[in-house]
Amino acid sequence: MNLKAKTFELRKDVLTLIHRARTGHIGGDFSVIDILTVLYYKQMNISPEKMDHPDRDRFVLSKGHSVEALYAILSDLGFFPKSELDNYSQYGSKYIGHPNNKINGIEMNSGSLGHGLPVSIGMALAGKLDQKDYRVYTVMGDGELAEGSVWEGAMAAGHYRLDNLCAVVDRNRLQISGGTETVMAHDPLELRFASFGWNVLSIPGNDVDALNDAFDLARRAKGKPTVIIANTTKGCGVSFMENQAGWHHRVPTDEEYQKGMEELEQRRLAAL
Amino acid sequence: MNKIPNRQAICEVLMEHAAADKDIIVMCSDSRGSASLAPYAAAFPEQFVETGIAEQNLVSIAAGLASCGKKVFAASPACFLASRSLEQSKVDVAYSHTNVTLIGISGGVSYGALGMTHHSAQDIAAMASIPNMRVYLPSDRHQTRKLIETLLLDTDPAYIRVGRNPVEDIYMEDNVPFAFNKATVLSEGEDLTIIACGEMVRPALEASNLLAGEGITCSVLDMYCVKPFDTETALAAIRKSKAVITVEEHTTIGGLGAMVSQLAASRCPKFVRNLGLPDEPVVTGTSAQVFAHYGLIGEGIAASARDLLKKIS
Ligand SMILES: [Mg+2]
Repeated sequence: MNLKAKTFELRKDVLTLIHRARTGHIGGDFSVIDILTVLYYKQMNISPEKMDHPDRDRFVLSKGHSVEALYAILSDLGFFPKSELDNYSQYGSKYIGHPNNKINGIEMNSGSLGHGLPVSIGMALAGKLDQKDYRVYTVMGDGELAEGSVWEGAMAAGHYRLDNLCAVVDRNRLQISGGTETVMAHDPLELRFASFGWNVLSIPGNDVDALNDAFDLARRAKGKPTVIIANTTKGCGVSFMENQAGWHHRVPTDEEYQKGMEELEQRRLAAL
Repeated sequence: MNKIPNRQAICEVLMEHAAADKDIIVMCSDSRGSASLAPYAAAFPEQFVETGIAEQNLVSIAAGLASCGKKVFAASPACFLASRSLEQSKVDVAYSHTNVTLIGISGGVSYGALGMTHHSAQDIAAMASIPNMRVYLPSDRHQTRKLIETLLLDTDPAYIRVGRNPVEDIYMEDNVPFAFNKATVLSEGEDLTIIACGEMVRPALEASNLLAGEGITCSVLDMYCVKPFDTETALAAIRKSKAVITVEEHTTIGGLGAMVSQLAASRCPKFVRNLGLPDEPVVTGTSAQVFAHYGLIGEGIAASARDLLKKIS
C-alpha cells in the first residue's frame, strides 16, 4: 500500500467529516494522521474482528481531540461502517468529539490530557506480568506535555524499563493559544525524556517512511521505553492551514472546504 | 477491644485469593505500610505494583492494567486518592469502565492532628457524584471482609473508604449479616431512624441504646453501600419513624446525609437532621477528640435525637 497517498485520502475524509458536522480539531488531526496511518496500516497487530484478543497491540490516543483522524482510519479499516460517521457529534451519537471505548477499535476513553501515557504504562505492565509480546502505543500532543501526570508516567515507564511501550509526541510546536515555546516551553524535549530513562528518537513526523523506521527501531530497543518525537506541521496537507494556531479547531467554510479538498487530492495524486 | 483495622482485613482477603488468582494486582503509592499491605507485597511481589507518591499515576496505571484483564485494588490515603486523582478516577476508571477498586485508607479524620491536608471529609461527595462509581464505607473488619470478597466477583469500578485505626466490631466473626448493596438493619424502632456509615455506625448504635433506656426506640441502619444507596431499606425505616438522623465522618454537604434528605423529601417527607463535620477546618485532635467535639459520639447523637424529637412534637 502507498501509505503516503493513503494519508491524503484520510485527510480528505477528515476534512469532509468536520465540514459536515461543523465541529472538530482539524489542525491536530492533520499533524497526527501520518503517525496513526503508519501505526494502523503497517505497525500494529490489530484487526476489527480481534479487539478482544489478549495478544493484540494496544493503542491509546492521549491527544483525544484528534479523534476525527482516528475515526477516519478505523472506519476505513472496517472497525465500523463508514456510514456511522454520519452521526459524528450529532444528538445521541456515540461518535463524540473524543475517543469513546464503546466504539469498536477504541481501548480507552480519553480527552482530558495527560492520561494516555500512564494508562498505557498499565497496559505495558500487564503485558510484562503476563509475559506477552504485544506492544503498547500512545500518542500525545506537545501542548499536553505541560500536564504533570505526563511526567509521573515518564518516571514510571523508565523505572519499570517498559521496552514494550512506545510513546509518540506530535511535536507540531503549536497549541490552542499559540506557540508551545511561548506558552510553556518543552525544549530540550529530547533531553527531558532521556533523563527519565527513555530511548529517544527525533524524526520528521509527517514522513511515513521516517515514522515506519522509527517504530522498527523502537521494537529493537531493549530495557527502555521509547519516545518518538515526531516533528510535525500542524494542519499539514492544506497549505493555508499549516502552522496556524487558529486552525486548532476552526471549521472550514464551503469555499475553504473546496480548496482544501482540491489541494489534498493533488497531493494524493502526486504521491502515487 | 478489636486490634485489627479494616485496612488489614482488606489485605488478608486479598492474600487469601491472590495465590489462586494471578489476575489480582494490588497497587500502592508510597503506602504499602500505612495500607497494611506490606505482607501482601512480600508474599506476592509479582502481583504488586508501586508508583511512589504519584496518585494520578496510581489510578491511571491501575486502569491500564485493568483494561488488560487485571483485577486491580489501588490503595492510597483517601485524602489524596479522592482529590488529587479524582479526575483519573472519573475518566480512566468510571468513564472507561475499568475493573479497579480504589481503596481510600486513613479516611475521614483518621490522621487527627495532621490537619486538613490529611482529612478526607469530602470523598463521599466527590466520588459519589461520578457516574458509574460506587462508594462503600464498611463499618467493621468483618463487613470489610465480606465486601472485598464480593467485589472480587464483579468487574465494576468502586471506591472504598476505611479508617486508620481499629474499630470495635459491629458484627461477630461467625455471624455477619451481609447482602450486597443492601443496608444492614441493626435494630428496629418506632420513634427514630438513624442511618450511619463507616466508623459512625458504632456511635449510632450506642445512641440507640441510650435512647432505648429512655423509652425512645430507633431503627439503626448500617448504610455501608452509600452508592448505590439502598433506597428500599431506608424508605421502609423512614416510613415508620417520626424523624431521621444521619451520621457520617464527612461534611454534611453531598454525603450520606444529603442523600437521605433528598430521598425523604421526595418520597416520604420527615424531619431529617444531618450530623457530620462542619463546612470549615476541622478542630485539631485525635479522631476520638474530633468526634466528641462535633457530637459524633453516642451521647452527642442521642442529644441531637432528643432535641429533634422535642422540636417536632
Ligand atoms: Mg501541539
